[in-house]
Amino acid sequence: MQVISCLKQVPDTTQVQIDPATNTLVRDGIPFITNPYDTHALEESLRLRDDYGVRAVALSMGPPNAEATLRKACSLGVDDAILLSDRSFGGADTLATSRVLSAAIERLAKQEEVAIVFCGKQTIDGDTAQVGPGIASRLGLHQLTLVDRIERLDLGNKTIRVRRKLEGRYEIVEAPLPVMITVVREINQPRYPTVPMRLAASEREIKVWDNSQLKLDVETIGLKGSPTWVSKIFSPERDQGEIIGDGLNDPEGTTQLLLEKLLSKDLLAV
Amino acid sequence: MPIEQIIYIALLAISVLAFAVSCAERLELITLGAAENRFDAPLKRLQRMLSYAFAQKRVLKRPFGFNHSLLFWGFLLLSLANAEFLIDGLFPGQIAHTLPEGLYRGLAIAFDIVSLVTLVCVGIAVVRRLFFPPDYLGNEYTSARSRESLLILAMIASLMLAFFLLHAAHAALGIHDTTRPVSALLGSGLTGLSVQSLETVALYAWWGHAAILLIFLNLLPRSKHMHILTAIPNTFFANLEKTTLPSPEVFEKGARFGVGSVEQFSWKDLLDSFTCTECGRCQDLCPAYNTGKGLNPRRIVHDIKVNLLKNGPTLKEGQSGSHPLTDTVQGEGTSCVDALWDCTTCGACINVCPVLIEQMPKIIKMRRHLVQEKAEFPSELLTLFENMEQRSNPWGIAPSERSKWSNQLGDRLFDAEQCDILFFVGCAGSFDTRAKQVSVALTTILDQADVRWGILGKDELCCGDSVRRLGNEYVFDQLARQNVELFKSRGVTKIVTACPHCFSTLKNDYRQYGLEIEVLHHSELIAHLVSEGRLKLPQKDQGALLFHDSCYLGRHNDTYEAPRQILQQATGKTPQEFERRGENAFCCGAGGGRMWLEEVSGERINRNRVKEALHQSPDTICVSCPYCMTMMEDGLKDEGDEKVRVKDVAEVVAEALRP
Ligand code: SF4
Ligand code: SF4
Repeated sequence: MQVISCLKQVPDTTQVQIDPATNTLVRDGIPFITNPYDTHALEESLRLRDDYGVRAVALSMGPPNAEATLRKACSLGVDDAILLSDRSFGGADTLATSRVLSAAIERLAKQEEVAIVFCGKQTIDGDTAQVGPGIASRLGLHQLTLVDRIERLDLGNKTIRVRRKLEGRYEIVEAPLPVMITVVREINQPRYPTVPMRLAASEREIKVWDNSQLKLDVETIGLKGSPTWVSKIFSPERDQGEIIGDGLNDPEGTTQLLLEKLLSKDLLAV
Repeated sequence: MPIEQIIYIALLAISVLAFAVSCAERLELITLGAAENRFDAPLKRLQRMLSYAFAQKRVLKRPFGFNHSLLFWGFLLLSLANAEFLIDGLFPGQIAHTLPEGLYRGLAIAFDIVSLVTLVCVGIAVVRRLFFPPDYLGNEYTSARSRESLLILAMIASLMLAFFLLHAAHAALGIHDTTRPVSALLGSGLTGLSVQSLETVALYAWWGHAAILLIFLNLLPRSKHMHILTAIPNTFFANLEKTTLPSPEVFEKGARFGVGSVEQFSWKDLLDSFTCTECGRCQDLCPAYNTGKGLNPRRIVHDIKVNLLKNGPTLKEGQSGSHPLTDTVQGEGTSCVDALWDCTTCGACINVCPVLIEQMPKIIKMRRHLVQEKAEFPSELLTLFENMEQRSNPWGIAPSERSKWSNQLGDRLFDAEQCDILFFVGCAGSFDTRAKQVSVALTTILDQADVRWGILGKDELCCGDSVRRLGNEYVFDQLARQNVELFKSRGVTKIVTACPHCFSTLKNDYRQYGLEIEVLHHSELIAHLVSEGRLKLPQKDQGALLFHDSCYLGRHNDTYEAPRQILQQATGKTPQEFERRGENAFCCGAGGGRMWLEEVSGERINRNRVKEALHQSPDTICVSCPYCMTMMEDGLKDEGDEKVRVKDVAEVVAEALRP
């Protein structure tokens, strides 16, 4: 029995800046990180490994340098790490991405039964929240999104009960395995790699699967297989703020000024 | 040979053998520790040994220390007397015959007088322990009136009494091998007794003396009085640097990281544990202990010893010990992990210990194990560690924002051709709103003095102080390597920082990475600029300023004068002082990575310090560190004080310069 976590390497968006001239993302020199939500997906798979003795496998689709994300997963203790990398996978939207990931999961399932596929609720660069559900529909898995707690897992009877965190309420859902789960941050606190694990991870083998293994129709993957594409990225115009008063020397007067301003714009309830 | 002498020889042989066996056992335990080179610079070591052990430099810093020093010197001399006594028992009368008459007489007089002094000192010590015990002698595992300390004092006193009784009886009997003034005086009181009674008294006194001496000898290695044997070598092997640095680690497969079981400590750490005198001075100054937290540096050392004794037998057989070194609860020989996280690495313990024990680095070694081998640490630290690793600053702000504070100042990037000094701004100075104002204040001062300075901008990385003290040596190692490489590649030859943590890390810790350049705290640089006449500092009264010492500037680097001097020069007034100041200053609570941890147990350290400040009714608390700034400001808020302000020394200087 195995559980799979899907990880995406994303640019550290806190560090991404917009080029004011072209209004495009400046990606040069921006470090990559593992999509933060995915680190919780990974952690949940590791916890099930620790508690139930299932195998934890990490998957990532991306360019060769996405290996770094999988190496980090190794330092946290995954049993296997597979990078899906091929020129023909490049430029994929959520649909094409889910096709590649699904094909890889199917291939894994041939070797060993897959109980759960974990994904983060969304990525911080695309923010679509579509890839997880995409995998579920491609593979016919039950999908449990926005999960913040696994209430019960019964591997013998192949059922799972989870809690979904929704706007203002929780929902408890039970489903037969196999399932695809997307997790929210509250589900767990990711572990920190120990130094011996880090050192061992640097020598671990990261398998790379390309399309010669997945054998997908090139028309259905990568840019070609993507019905949507990004035509423009820009940051919205924002009016420059204004500095009012002199807070250092006249804090009370300045507070008064601020209050008047807010009241005049009807921004304060009185 | 008389039967008494045969008995005596047998007892002596057994005691000396038992003593030798216990010493050898303990020595073997100490050698279980990991290797560490403490044999370099032997002359310097010797000199320190003379001043700390023989001249009792630190012991004498406290009033009662004088009493101990008299006991120590008395003890040294009386060791000769006791050796003479033991040998005399073997070969009666031989020593008196062999030694030149004058020398023997001189020694006998000295022994007699010193014994009296020792007796008086022991008396004072007993009275102190019984009737005026200072708080710091006792704690949760021992008390000032502990049986052990009183027993040892009683034995020394009885030893002296037996000595006098013996010699007084001899004097009364007229067996005058030489003159002993005190004994002779006592002897004159015994002249009424019959010869036979006097002989009995002498006999009992002699046997009493011999018995106590031999028992005492065997109690030594099994009590805190082991320090009598280990203190002198311990001061020889003590750390030679001003600040006690954690040792670097090698990140290789198969290596161990930090200390998770007692034998992973270095042999010097283990020697330390046998050397603790239980004087309680470290406990007396520790900010964590004093605000009711679980940490007590003395207990850390004590538990290492107990753990070593408990695990010793199995360790000697090459197996691992079963008694845990750390656990979630405190035990005898087991330190509580929560207590390990309480340490602010203020260095007060190291700085006060009369026998130069290095308490704090032991705490860091145990933290290292928890962080690096077990990934067990307070949950707040997870974000900190990831921010440090991914964005090389504690807040996780984008590195590209690092130089934003200086945008108004124009392009001030460091260029070896154009700049004489690198301003290492540090994370607080770059990202913390309040500390950014200090960065700006410092640059106005530097500009006024025509100093050609530059910054590294977005390329600067955190110095790594917090992660290192928190035990994350792996991440510190990466930061330190990159920073040192950066300094070298940019041709940096001199650095100024406005943060004592950056200052001490760059100046001391980075030497372990081959960086040997001049690093100055801004208060030192400003003081130089003033004394060289490059900075004309007009005096401006700025109300009552109270100066708070930063641990990493003061205790860790001995810089006490520079900040006080520039405050004096900028205001024309000597700044006010805390009651606990200089070497004994009380930490603000933020060092050792505590800045990033919740303070859940006991009183908040910063509030304790702020309360002390408010006793002096200052207008402004002056700090020299961005962490102290935050802690003092927060403490004032918690105390509900809205009048007192907190300023960095650079801000006071900049204010004086403002037209
Ligand atoms: S360094 Fe300071 S806080 Fe840490 S144990 Fe020593 S005295 Fe206590
Ligand atoms: S560690 Fe040093 S200061 Fe602390 S109790 Fe022991 S001897 Fe005294």
